Amino acid sequence: MKYMAPDSQMHQTLVSPDFPRRRFVQGLAAGGVLMGLAPWVKPAFAMPSAETITGSAPLLSGTEFNLTIAQTPVNFTGSPRMATTINGLIPGPTLRWREGETVTIRVTNHLNESTSIHWHGIILPYEMDGVPGVSFTGIAPGETFVYRFKVQQAGSYWYHSHSGFQEQTGMYGAIIIDPANESTQQTERDYIIQLSDWTDDDPMTVFARLKKQGDYYNVNQPTMTDFFRDVSVEGLSSAISKRRMWNQMRMSPTDLADISAYGYTYLMNGTTPRGNWTGLFKPGERVRLRFINGGTQSFFDVRIPGLQMTVIQADGLDVEPVTVDEFRFGPGETYDVIVTPQRDAYTLFAQSMDRTGYARGTLTSRVGLKADVPELDKPEWLTMGDMMGSMSHEGMADGEMAGMQHGGDAMAMGTATVSVRHASTEYGPSVDMRVDNPRTNLDDPGVGLRNNGRRVLTYADLHSTAAPDDQRGAEREIELHLTSNMERYTWSLDGLEFGKSTPIHFRHNERLRVILHNDTMMTHPMHLHGMWSDLESPDGKFLVRKHTINVQPAQRVSFLVTADALGRWAWHCHLLYHMDAGMFREVVVA
Amino acid sequence: MNKNNRIALMVTALLLTNVSPVWAQGEASMEHENHETMPASVNDAAMGNMDFSGMDTGDMEQSMDHSSMQNSMDHGDNGMAPAFMQGGSAPADARDPHAYSDGYDFGSIPRPRLADEHNFGSLLVNRLEAVNNNDNSWTSYDLQAWYGRDYDRLVLKAEGDVDSGTLEEASTELLWSHAVATFWNSQIGLRYDSGKDPNRVWLAFGIQGLAPYWFELDATAYLGENGRSALAFEAEYELLLTQRIVLQPRLEATLYGKDDPERALASGLSGMTAGIRLRYEIRREFAPYLGIEWAGMFGDTADYARSAGQATDDTRLVAGVRFWF
Repeated sequence: MKYMAPDSQMHQTLVSPDFPRRRFVQGLAAGGVLMGLAPWVKPAFAMPSAETITGSAPLLSGTEFNLTIAQTPVNFTGSPRMATTINGLIPGPTLRWREGETVTIRVTNHLNESTSIHWHGIILPYEMDGVPGVSFTGIAPGETFVYRFKVQQAGSYWYHSHSGFQEQTGMYGAIIIDPANESTQQTERDYIIQLSDWTDDDPMTVFARLKKQGDYYNVNQPTMTDFFRDVSVEGLSSAISKRRMWNQMRMSPTDLADISAYGYTYLMNGTTPRGNWTGLFKPGERVRLRFINGGTQSFFDVRIPGLQMTVIQADGLDVEPVTVDEFRFGPGETYDVIVTPQRDAYTLFAQSMDRTGYARGTLTSRVGLKADVPELDKPEWLTMGDMMGSMSHEGMADGEMAGMQHGGDAMAMGTATVSVRHASTEYGPSVDMRVDNPRTNLDDPGVGLRNNGRRVLTYADLHSTAAPDDQRGAEREIELHLTSNMERYTWSLDGLEFGKSTPIHFRHNERLRVILHNDTMMTHPMHLHGMWSDLESPDGKFLVRKHTINVQPAQRVSFLVTADALGRWAWHCHLLYHMDAGMFREVVVA
Repeated sequence: MNKNNRIALMVTALLLTNVSPVWAQGEASMEHENHETMPASVNDAAMGNMDFSGMDTGDMEQSMDHSSMQNSMDHGDNGMAPAFMQGGSAPADARDPHAYSDGYDFGSIPRPRLADEHNFGSLLVNRLEAVNNNDNSWTSYDLQAWYGRDYDRLVLKAEGDVDSGTLEEASTELLWSHAVATFWNSQIGLRYDSGKDPNRVWLAFGIQGLAPYWFELDATAYLGENGRSALAFEAEYELLLTQRIVLQPRLEATLYGKDDPERALASGLSGMTAGIRLRYEIRREFAPYLGIEWAGMFGDTADYARSAGQATDDTRLVAGVRFWF
């Protein structure tokens, strides 16, 4: 650890030297919200506090909150842009609630379009859930909507707009809920680490580009150069057979993120990598980090070189502590970890799943001290297991499918209850592949993290400390397939985009098993509003209670839901562009 | 062209517009319903020696341990035929995706309208180039625009040559494009040929899409006045040398069903163009390129050219830009 010149730690940021967009990816050191706010926005800036150097969102606590939504000028990359902000900030203020109290939040819309706020993962009456067209009609320009509900849980959560692409343009913030009877995990320091992705482009332009050319942002496409390198290293037949299936199926093995650092600047607490969000500690202190993936379209792989992280909560709820070097999380998910830094400084490193960029910050014991920023990992190709599930030959041969590593048991266990039934609407133009033999094991960290020499968190490691309140077994099953046509950039469930769908009925108070079966090659963070998802292991044992569940390519997962929340709810992929493409359903609990 | 030929061409045209599901099924040599019922030999062919025949997925637990699985999946370099994962038609027992609604519909609040219900539009100028052969130079263009939704859209295709400000020849098509399979669209509409020769109007029936191994194909049959008919075929491929440098081979062929002396076209294969272009994508949307192209006339069409004292084939250098928005 040493003091470094401001620029000396700036490593290569994109794998392809063809795209030297350093400033774009690194962002401005002082990037963020600009001066000159509209008069109704109180000057509640992200002020440096005693604990952080580059600032964090201000904390608002109590039971009454006023939030103002407005357009605010920002500059993350050197190009000024307008953002959609909450109280003039990115992220918006952190709301601190207490379990058992009733909170009132007045949200005033100063935009010239409708807006909304959804309280992600919060159990509340459906009218307060904030999804325009499902829970309410939205908040019209000039209007104030009053949210009021009793807080029935504790932990780390977040809130964001559920209107159009406002989340992409800056409308998100963190929520901390203190338990009714104080925290069981007391730490000396407590930081929110909210990750997100910023684009200078109008999100609708981004979306239209993807509709026109689905691989627009993929800067790691297989090239002839790669091919010749493979030929010289592995031989011609291996180089050909490695590509044959992908080319036959017209799919790309490097399609890991729809939007890469070619379009995104990744932010940590609203701060660019160059801006280097920094939190202080005293050596030996226990530091709680509340990681929130507030990204729009980005999975992050998070690690702190030199520190092990003990995961204590997932999606706001206590889990049996598990110590890891790294975890991957998708938009919507949260993990609370505890670290005990001993030395001078550590880098909080969150690389995007496609390895084109990263969000970064620093934990340091002295102002100005920072640690090395690791190189991005090499991007990996998806394996046959990601495409074909448990039938993959390659996946097994490489030992890359975790389920395969335990001999026949895992395989047998994984497929024991699998009887795949594709929807009749999965055989048309909206679907580009179907998986008949999905993998069901949950101990695979996913592409790019397998066998990387680090202890990486998987869902198999997560065990809720509390058993579900509802001990009933499933009375009924619902099987839903995650589908897409990546060439057309369409995203759907059961091959039907939202516009062609009908609501899904949950019978009031039933205990229901939901099966999500991924017929695509991307991982989808599936978020069911209003009710908890009790994730099951492949052999049907309760693992962990979550609000957002990743389903990996060619994977089939199941969870139990108690349909105790009357009303209409949203259920969707939390990759915003997938949701907006139609990977969205309405759930009616009646 | 006699009446029989005309009918044959019409049939071809109709087949072309409807052929894609058949193609798709061809790709999907193993449909879901066959998964359980197909005889072993077919299974073997489709799945590279993996013997899943007669094995319901539910039986896997009993019938498969890891070692036997490795044996049964040991298909060496045969490659895994991906066929059964794409295309096909729904088996009789496929799930009804609306079954979970139990008759419930959306509530009184107008439901969200997501991007699947928005119209998008795009213009791709695939070629805008200066063309040079030994004798002449002119400008050539080839563009395609669309407006609409994911599975149904209006398509405009235009192609032509301009020489010293004069439109030498142009072909412009306005088509309704409908997705008929994962990678294929059927297209129906009108084509209008103009330029220095007499104008022609055609009905167009085509299929456009992406074939396995990423070949972009476009095949269209045309029916015109006075019993005229034509077939046009175009294939393109994009070979990435790097993330920005793309080599694009391109092949185009035209056939006519009937002589059209006023336009110096004869029945049969009339012309073919084969070219290769190397572009550099400054942005995804904007790429200058250089290329070389060979164009030739065949059969009686070539005779027309010869009698007019023109060459029947030439090699051209092209330089242009490809752009889209």
